[in-house]
Amino acid sequence: MNFIQTFIHGEEGIFKSDSLTRMQKLTLRFVIVGLFYYAFAVIEGMIMRIYEIQPIPAIPTKQFFAIMTAHPLVGIFGSTYSIVFGAFLFLVPFLMKKPLWSIKLGNWTLWLIAIGTFVFWTAGFITHYAPLYTLYWPLPADFTQFSVIGGTFFITGIALVMLGTMFFVVNIFKTVSYTPEGWEKQPSGELLKSALGVTAFGNLFRKKKKEQLVTLPIAAITQGTVDVAFNSVIILFTGVLILIYMVAALLGFDLKSSAIDALLYKNWFWWGLDLVADGLVLIFVAGTWYLLATLITGKKLYMENVARIALLVELVVSWTVWSHHLLSDQAQPGILKVVSGEMVTAFELITQGLAFFITLYTLWSARPLKMTNPLKFLLGGLLGFALAVPAGIMNADLGLNRILHNTQWVIGPHVHVAVLVGLTMTLYSAIYFLFPILTNGAKLYSQKLANFHFWAQLIGGVGMGAFMGMAGLQGMLRRSLYVHGEFNTYMVLAGICGAFLLFGFLAFFFNIVMSVGLNGAIGIFAPTKLRTTDLLPETK
Amino acid sequence: MIDSSVVLYGQTLAYTFYCLAILLLMGWFGYKITREGKGGIIKDTLFYSFVSFLIVLGVSLHIVTYHTIPWASIDLNRAEIKSDKVFNITVEKHHFILPHEKMIIKCHEKALFKVTSNDLTYGFGLFRKDNSMVLQMQVVPGHLNDILWQFDKEGVYTIRSTEYSGPAGVDMTEKDAVVVLGEQAALK
Repeated sequence: MNFIQTFIHGEEGIFKSDSLTRMQKLTLRFVIVGLFYYAFAVIEGMIMRIYEIQPIPAIPTKQFFAIMTAHPLVGIFGSTYSIVFGAFLFLVPFLMKKPLWSIKLGNWTLWLIAIGTFVFWTAGFITHYAPLYTLYWPLPADFTQFSVIGGTFFITGIALVMLGTMFFVVNIFKTVSYTPEGWEKQPSGELLKSALGVTAFGNLFRKKKKEQLVTLPIAAITQGTVDVAFNSVIILFTGVLILIYMVAALLGFDLKSSAIDALLYKNWFWWGLDLVADGLVLIFVAGTWYLLATLITGKKLYMENVARIALLVELVVSWTVWSHHLLSDQAQPGILKVVSGEMVTAFELITQGLAFFITLYTLWSARPLKMTNPLKFLLGGLLGFALAVPAGIMNADLGLNRILHNTQWVIGPHVHVAVLVGLTMTLYSAIYFLFPILTNGAKLYSQKLANFHFWAQLIGGVGMGAFMGMAGLQGMLRRSLYVHGEFNTYMVLAGICGAFLLFGFLAFFFNIVMSVGLNGAIGIFAPTKLRTTDLLPETK
Repeated sequence: MIDSSVVLYGQTLAYTFYCLAILLLMGWFGYKITREGKGGIIKDTLFYSFVSFLIVLGVSLHIVTYHTIPWASIDLNRAEIKSDKVFNITVEKHHFILPHEKMIIKCHEKALFKVTSNDLTYGFGLFRKDNSMVLQMQVVPGHLNDILWQFDKEGVYTIRSTEYSGPAGVDMTEKDAVVVLGEQAALK
């Protein structure tokens, strides 16, 4: 096949979109939407990298901060949520060998997230609504700086994403616990207990251990979904609060912003936000590591019972760590800073360290292994968190936080290395693993491009985080502009690494398009001919 | 009191060594895992020793920094510590409103900065001439935001907001606003 034929029909013409089940199509749609928004986030990131070197005249400062506001939200909700939710809506029924509770609800989740992300991104792009994702009170309701209408659309977009997220939560819990039509009655309560870690906790005190009814990855997905649910409630409630101020302003009333205690609000909102960064991300990632390690090796997970307990500990930790974001808030009680901010946060070093050790040992026990794409990206993901978690723990120290808070250290070696290397490479590992399963055996167009994707993502992610961190240690703040080239050496180097990330993604995207072909990619969005609720055509 | 630049230097060294070690470990692991050889069984004691090490590391980091980074304990106990100078600063409409008199501190004195915001959430940070940070805190409206600091090194410091408060707050700086006199000058 020549290049054009491959571009249209995919590598060797193997991929046939009309052979896909509804579940395969749903999952692939999630992945495509997620990658589409990942492209948004990468391009936005590159614009900001260039802007930090030299402000771009065509982009006013307001627009720059609107990009900075949209960037993490598009990256987390539009991209990561889409890919993760799509993968888990497939994997939970796949691993439990039963149909998804509701494919319809899964489609609602997909489109609410896709449309919601587009709405808030557009609102930010057009009106420059830019309170950043932290929404520190009363900035989101500061209508001397921001458009009320823009803000209303922005918050509405976020609310749509959260609604879709709620539907995901319902779908996961129902799929774990329901009894499919024609099946023998399932023990819903016991299934949920096992999935939520209650059985594992009880087993600590039982002589005769109770059998686990769900596998460890299902437990990780379910427990992470608990944090997804809490986080949605917090963000929705906060959105409603901000909307009240916006609607009042539209009606000509100026509500007093001091009616809301800024510190209490900050505690509330960070409690919710941290359920993402220090909760569901870590739990989902650990669960994905365990799943990939067992699938790659075909071996049982090392120390599975300890891993189950560690997941539960991580869940509890995620509810109690938020105060490390308020170590520089002087009105925050000292006891919260020390206990929640420092001590409880240190548990993340332990839980992530355990997941790291268990995954590595499980892989080691099966050597020699072939260095496949899933394996190399999995190792990249492990490395990412091994670098990023200690960087965060250092920041969550009373002494060090005084000179690190809000610097590029936080956003570089901690956040971006965690997200771009730790989380994203883990997701890529899963995508490369699931690709042949979801496409009924489609062949990857180029292994060389996959190798380039790996190295560009790894070098770009680690390098960008490192140079941002070096600037942070020299005092460079995040969320600020330095227009006199004060930190240009670091920013130029970080920009070059950012370009690696962009080219790595383009290589991956091109590789996938060439693998499934343009017709195949479009066909994924066409209505399916197979009306089965089965996951794969072979299982009919 | 040791300067914050010394702490940053130590942190840079420690984290760089750690990064190099973990990069080497993962590189070695990636190579070895594709080679022939027995997976072997790791004794559970190694696993539990690793867990114990992580617990000790996680807890001891904060104990060590509490006893070696002087401003950590000063910060937690600042209500009981007498300050030599008090500076009241207000922030409003993206501007710092500084005391009428120049903020001058003698070496080894403890200065208390009390910052209040009349509208948004801001930050308050002191920066050296080379843009490196001496200290910072958040400035939350409706609350007292105070930081007690002992300066042991002469210098002239710029105040800069360390928190985003909208595009209007991009340039919230007060150049050379705080002066710390050296020991000789202080004696005069």
